[in-house]
Amino acid sequence: MATLNVNGKTYQVDVDPRTPLLWVIRDSVGLTGTKYGCGIAQCGCCTVHVEGVATRSCSVPVSSVQGKKITTIEGIASGDVLNKVQKAWVDNEVPQCGYCQSGMVMAVTALLKSNPKPTDEDINSSITNICRCGTYQQVREAIHAAAKA
Amino acid sequence: MNDMPKFDRRSFLVGVTAAGGGFSLGFNTFASDAMAADATPEVNAWVVVKPDDSIVIRVVRPDMGQGSRTGLAQLVAEELECDWNKVTTEYPTPGQNLARKRVWGAMNSTGSQAIRSSQEYVRKGGAAARMMLVQAAANEWKVPVEEVTAANSVITHKKSGKKTTFGKVAEAAAKLEPPKEITLKNPKDWKIAGKSPKRFDTRNKVTGKHMFGIDTVLPGMVFASVRDCPVNGGKVKSFDASKVEGMRGVKKVVAVGETGVAVVADTFWNAKQACYALPIEWDFGPSVNVSSASIADYLKEGLTAEKAFIGNKQGDADAALAGAARKIEATYAYPFQNHACMEPMNATALWTENECKVWAPTQNAEAALAEVIATSGLPAPKCDVIKTELGGGFGRRGRADFVRQAVLIAKQMPGAPVKLIWTREEDMTHCSYHPITQCKMTAGLDDKGNVTGLHMRISGQSIIASLAPERLDNGMDPATFQGLTASSPEGAFGYNIPNVLIDHAMRNTHLTAGFWRGVNANHNAIYVESFIDELAHATQTDPLEFRRKLLKPKQFAVLNAAAQKAGYGKPLPKGHFHGLSSMNTFGSYVAACAEVSVENGNLRIHRIVGATNPGHAVHPGMIERQVAGSFVYGLSALLYGECTVKNGAVEQTNFDSYNVMRLDEMPKVDVIVMPDFEFWGGVGEPTISAAAPAVLNAIFAATGKRIRTFPLMNQSLTSA
Ligand code: FES
Ligand code: FES
Repeated sequence: MATLNVNGKTYQVDVDPRTPLLWVIRDSVGLTGTKYGCGIAQCGCCTVHVEGVATRSCSVPVSSVQGKKITTIEGIASGDVLNKVQKAWVDNEVPQCGYCQSGMVMAVTALLKSNPKPTDEDINSSITNICRCGTYQQVREAIHAAAKA
Repeated sequence: MNDMPKFDRRSFLVGVTAAGGGFSLGFNTFASDAMAADATPEVNAWVVVKPDDSIVIRVVRPDMGQGSRTGLAQLVAEELECDWNKVTTEYPTPGQNLARKRVWGAMNSTGSQAIRSSQEYVRKGGAAARMMLVQAAANEWKVPVEEVTAANSVITHKKSGKKTTFGKVAEAAAKLEPPKEITLKNPKDWKIAGKSPKRFDTRNKVTGKHMFGIDTVLPGMVFASVRDCPVNGGKVKSFDASKVEGMRGVKKVVAVGETGVAVVADTFWNAKQACYALPIEWDFGPSVNVSSASIADYLKEGLTAEKAFIGNKQGDADAALAGAARKIEATYAYPFQNHACMEPMNATALWTENECKVWAPTQNAEAALAEVIATSGLPAPKCDVIKTELGGGFGRRGRADFVRQAVLIAKQMPGAPVKLIWTREEDMTHCSYHPITQCKMTAGLDDKGNVTGLHMRISGQSIIASLAPERLDNGMDPATFQGLTASSPEGAFGYNIPNVLIDHAMRNTHLTAGFWRGVNANHNAIYVESFIDELAHATQTDPLEFRRKLLKPKQFAVLNAAAQKAGYGKPLPKGHFHGLSSMNTFGSYVAACAEVSVENGNLRIHRIVGATNPGHAVHPGMIERQVAGSFVYGLSALLYGECTVKNGAVEQTNFDSYNVMRLDEMPKVDVIVMPDFEFWGGVGEPTISAAAPAVLNAIFAATGKRIRTFPLMNQSLTSA
């Protein structure tokens, strides 16, 4: 049994302690907004916040995050009010297929917390998520828009 | 329920492809009406108007991010004259389509066809619904229908001042005969189509609520992880289930056809752990000694082989080359590539003795259904496919191999929905890859530098031979000549050269070739546009001027537009250089002008201006995004895309060995959308072919180095 704190709720999950956090969130907690893309910390689709820090959940065993504050894409809006990154994403119509965008939004939300006005260079070095639809241009525009909001 | 005629999978698939927009396939119907969940009667197959005036538009072409859901709804709404803010969409199932004699036509989003091959009948669907709604109001008011108009979901009889709404007359309209004569609007008068309204599905994509195939959750669901033979053409010799049956959560170890084994467990992670711990003995089959080098040799032989299929012949290229004052030759090579959709292949299947249902992220729900019917052992009316959202498609999801596997596993778990997810490793090594080809270009010039003859010899794989051999034309794969034929609405060779021979020595390999966004146009454009650039430089002519002399007018128009916007010929920042390319494919005219610099061998792509004339532009905002996205896809392929083969198996297994472009390498992309309203071309794919050659030509301008083997990561860009 592991005890997890996800989006402010406590969950008891009965899994192998080595199970990556990603699969616990998706299959045991039942929140499917966090995506699987590679399983080896390459693509960023699975990004969540652990104590506010962007973390690739496919490469973190669940045992290491017990008792820590975990936030997923389902937990960053306040009710119906989107956070400013989500809002910038909607206003700039960033997503194409959308599959990478949970991870993008989570990575950018964490970036703006630590660096509220990132330069293009900051964005280049910190947002390394893969988007196969190629939304990078809109991602960059929306990050700047969110930073201004 | 009537009996279905015996279902022949192959002829169904062929019919689906051949039918295009036709509704004529003669299946009997079975009684259940589509969309039975809602009591509101439809006005027609495309339109449902609810009493509260909300509008549901049926869209049957999967949206994998390219925006067909919004674009097709715009076309229906335009003719319907409804209030756009009240529109939502729904996606009928292929089973419902079949039950209604394919009233919705083809259900695939492949070949950049979603809008262009259904635009006419969906607009007619919207127009017919409007005419019926107007007629119903006229009947109620007992006034001549000609005096009644509709706009923004409101119906008005000007003379009497009477007004009503679509919702109030929808039930009566649904009972009327559909109109026989339908006149469509002139697209130049469009008010909803041709504009860029917000797409429907964005909010769900930023809140985690967009439900992709991999997110399917059903009561009692179990998970499966599969391993198929690493060498295509091989099979399973044996496996030792006892070694993993006791592992955590494992429910069953099952054979998946002759070529694979799957583990079913309570969670995906447990299924995967056991599947990868399972001892499997493979019979690797006849291709176990194939390597990238042996494939390259095999293709190389085709470059000079005597026999080849002819795709374009004008004049006498051989004679022109023999008599040329000067001959120029170059040989190119393009590798296998994986689509690497962000969402790995997956499907969820539920099989009982009575029904088989599959939830799948598919680009072609009817092909998926055909596969379900063929695999489940159940009659067609007992099978259906529910199309989920798709995390990318790029051609990969037109195939149904993963659907077949899910059904094969579910048959061994009757009554339990089975969610099969491929690991990225399985996805990388079991693709239908971008075809591998080589190409030899030979041109003849006269003493004034005019091109008198061109021979283009392609040697390599045929997609059609791989996926649908019954569609070969006397052994020839016409799709190989994408953008290269003498004339075709899909795209013709753009250059006026008096003597041309373009031929294909088909050299198929054991790896399956597949449709990969942009398809054969990707390498064809690189070969032609690089070589044209070589000729321009060989004759010391500016590449734009060289093309101006030879290109057909519509083709030159897009190229010139891109070049002008990019400031071609004007001074650039120090060390920056331009490169050009253009192509006619998927029915559209596209071009690109790239601006790059190469410093100490390091390439930086600063900007690309893309231009497209797709004939009609239903949602210009989405087209701009498709162009930018297609450039990323094409440039990822150019920079990094390569699947190599060792001992018959693909060596790249994940994004660490199969790199793709990230945000830091993204150039600024400017897009010119310049529809001329004369035809209907595609959007999702054509521009991908323009990006790579434009960059390559710019690299040559910067370095004097002509790269002819791809991807670039294997080449040094240090100046020649
Ligand atoms: S799934 Fe975690 S980084 Fe790709
Ligand atoms: S939007 Fe499709 S992968 Fe990023």
